[in-house]
Amino acid sequence: MLDPTPTGLHSGGTPLLQTVGLTKRYGNFLANEAIDIDIWPQQIHALLGENGAGKSTLVKTIYGLIQPSEGEMRWQGEKMVLSGPSEARARGIGMVFQHFSLFDNLTVAENVALGLDGKESFKDMSARLEEVSNVYGLPLDPKREVWQLSVGERQRIEIVRVLMQNPKFLILDEPTAVLTPQEADQLFIVLDRLKAEGRAILYISHKLEEVKRLCDTATILRGGKKVSTCNPQQETAASLARMMVGADIKEVKAAAGRKTTVPRLVVNDLNMEPDDPHGVRLANISLELKGGEILGIAGVAGNGQDELFAALSGERQCPDPGTIVIDGHAAGHLSITLRRKLGAAFVPEERLGHGTAPRMKLSENALLTGHAASGMVQHGFVNTAATLSTVDRATETFDVRKAKRDPEAASLSGGNLQKFIVGREILRNPAVLVVSQPTWGVDAGAAAVIRQALLDLAASGAAVLVTSQDLDELAEITDRIAVMFHGHLSQPMATAEATREKLGLLMGGSSLEQKEAPHAVSA
Amino acid sequence: MQLVLEKRAERSNTIALISPLIAIGLTIVTMTILFAILGKNPILALHAYFIAPLSDSYSLQEIAVKATPLVMIAVGLSLCYLANVWNIGAEGQFLIGAVAGSWLPVVTHGTDAGYWVLPAMLVCGTVAGALYALIPAICKVKFGASEILTSLMLVYVADLFLDYMVRGPWRDPNGFNFPTTAEFDPVATVPLLVSGGRLHLGAIIALLVVAAVAVMLGRTIKGFEIRVVGAAPRAARFGGFNSNQLILLTFAISGGLAGLAGIIEVAGPVGHLQPGFSPGYGFTAIIVAFLGRLNPVGILIAGLFLALTFIGGEQAQIAMKIPLDVTKVFQGILLFYVLACDSLILYRFRLIFPSPKVSSGAV
Ligand SMILES: Nc1ncnc2c1ncn2[C@@H]1O[C@H](COP(=O)(O)OP(=O)(O)OP(=O)(O)O)[C@@H](O)[C@H]1O
Ligand SMILES: [Mg+2]
Repeated sequence: MLDPTPTGLHSGGTPLLQTVGLTKRYGNFLANEAIDIDIWPQQIHALLGENGAGKSTLVKTIYGLIQPSEGEMRWQGEKMVLSGPSEARARGIGMVFQHFSLFDNLTVAENVALGLDGKESFKDMSARLEEVSNVYGLPLDPKREVWQLSVGERQRIEIVRVLMQNPKFLILDEPTAVLTPQEADQLFIVLDRLKAEGRAILYISHKLEEVKRLCDTATILRGGKKVSTCNPQQETAASLARMMVGADIKEVKAAAGRKTTVPRLVVNDLNMEPDDPHGVRLANISLELKGGEILGIAGVAGNGQDELFAALSGERQCPDPGTIVIDGHAAGHLSITLRRKLGAAFVPEERLGHGTAPRMKLSENALLTGHAASGMVQHGFVNTAATLSTVDRATETFDVRKAKRDPEAASLSGGNLQKFIVGREILRNPAVLVVSQPTWGVDAGAAAVIRQALLDLAASGAAVLVTSQDLDELAEITDRIAVMFHGHLSQPMATAEATREKLGLLMGGSSLEQKEAPHAVSA
Repeated sequence: MQLVLEKRAERSNTIALISPLIAIGLTIVTMTILFAILGKNPILALHAYFIAPLSDSYSLQEIAVKATPLVMIAVGLSLCYLANVWNIGAEGQFLIGAVAGSWLPVVTHGTDAGYWVLPAMLVCGTVAGALYALIPAICKVKFGASEILTSLMLVYVADLFLDYMVRGPWRDPNGFNFPTTAEFDPVATVPLLVSGGRLHLGAIIALLVVAAVAVMLGRTIKGFEIRVVGAAPRAARFGGFNSNQLILLTFAISGGLAGLAGIIEVAGPVGHLQPGFSPGYGFTAIIVAFLGRLNPVGILIAGLFLALTFIGGEQAQIAMKIPLDVTKVFQGILLFYVLACDSLILYRFRLIFPSPKVSSGAV
């Protein structure tokens, strides 16, 4: 066990799953090129690579969602051809997708029932659900409706659903991207246990430290090809990153910018009722952001960050114009288009369906937010040259990798689409940028590019508001940090003073509770 | 063994193109069976429907005449459907356009009014159709009323209004008590393209409408707005597009085009206003819109195809005594298959065979 490399441990046996020369072509573009990978039982195998390296394509092929163009897969030594995921499930392959497929208004048990192929009664299924979730220490109440659950709990449903099929081989596509550090720790305990039971796990992640801690083998993809298979525990995060990128990753540096004293984004006592019953009420939110400054908003997802984004962007408007002031103009009552005309730009958390129309081309998605600015629309007609040039400039500045010049948004890998969206907004030279989760699911190299772009934007005099769950990211780029909890925003503190302990307390709501105590008495 | 519908990982563009053809094929198979059940020779019946009308110039012109209103209405409807707005009441807007446009020829009948009459009629018809379509649109925006129901119900209101006008105020005094207006004067009639033929200026107008809408959808910001609101509503809101405004706009355009088609139909092929002058163009246009994949050029082709079924239906009735209602059955089956085949773009059929029980691992 001291040498857990595949050859050392498994020489002689047959791997559980083997891909031989697996290739996936989209037109002339090779998303996967001749990939050989061996998965052994009782192994946590990491799949690493930059955005667009072909990780999701590979696992979707193994799960039967995509047909390979060439090459074959062998399951326990025998050739395997899958015409769909149900055949993969029947063999014992399970997959947890990065984007959950759950119905908010159904209960946990109902959601699980919808995802199973079996024919057992609902009662038996519920009983088994509770049993499996208890055995693995993944507590779930089958009768709760999904909308009441946190992101971590939702992911638990997906994992339990897969475990109920008793898989021999489990694929997890970026499972920790959306989890808090505590939730991620819980997940690792479960994964170790699954491994001990003899199951194989294929694990995709951009967080190299957790890969080093958890995985015993790592396969690294670059540009659709396998570049190496190694033991991550004998590597450093930097050496892994170098294999992924083929070069060293640049350090993010704050350029000496001009900090101005003029506030460019001001929020005065914003209160807003949620527009859907599952939303959070925003209460007494005030903040002031000067040019050249980056303010971070930390907090567990679902504490009002989405609602705050909608209020700041103008997707929802306030009756009182003075509630939100953009670059000196009262803007609370203005539409998102008018706010863009005042020089504001926005990047929402959800890339597909919110930040972009998935089935439309990148040039059309450039038009989506760019039509307010000059150049793209003349006398009501779309200037296609201008929209395409925005795509080209974003591609060049932010190194967006794609199969052709102007593909559909949905065909880009997650991280590359994020680079495009951020690029699209930054290229407009906004006075104020409001951005949510700028780098989730983005590889280390691209994340550095995006963070650097935010720093540069601030240095050029813009005010930047960043919402993120990633405390390291906030520590790296912000000047001040505030915490959102139950629709309240804490007083911002200087990033240098914002220790993890302080932030953790605020994220749990403790100091807010003290402030609210007098209310509780009078109520 | 189980037959399941499974989501495709990727949208199939091939199927998107051939799905209307598959639908037409399935419809023809179904019709063959139906003809056999009716005791008619299916080969002869299909010949009468699809081949015979293509073989003489009169029928060919007649196809273009019937396609004119279908295409004009369907192009307008496609804007609604692309934006996820469900105007089902084009037939009502078509009738109201016909009635409103007939006001001028009725009051100027027998006077020496000049060539301004026809253009003014077209404007009246268009405006009336647009205003009539705005009723369900406003109810939707202000009160959240389902536009599907309200627009459909207004068809019957329009139908009865037309009936009242030609039986009451506008009845031709010299018309032997028939419910019809007097025949329109020449200045109030849509000119023919070939003298002695059937083809009229309306066909040119329909082509211009197709071209204009194609340019609007493909090149203008409004067209983009329509497509994005339908395809990704949340992204559209993020883009700053107001879906309420778009409901009003698409209803107004489609109502206006339906109204224009209505007045062209009475001022052209029909020549006067009378009840029942429309064989349900406004409803058939819904089929045309979907068969043409909500694309202006596709709609042009689909409009000609459905016009063919109208003519073919008449020929089959004359030649083989097949009831005219069979044409409606045909069109209904076609819509059914078109919508069904569209799900194949995103889904596929798969047979699942019971797999050997998977041996259980740990736990
Ligand atoms: N349907 C498609 N059509 C064309 N190109 C595609 C399609 N799907 C994926 N690609 C391309 O294949 C490449 C690999 O994409 P994939 O989603 O596998 O990347 P990934 O490694 O999972 O990246 P990320 O870390 O960003 O999720 C990308 O460049 C993407 O643009
Ligand atoms: Mg991926």
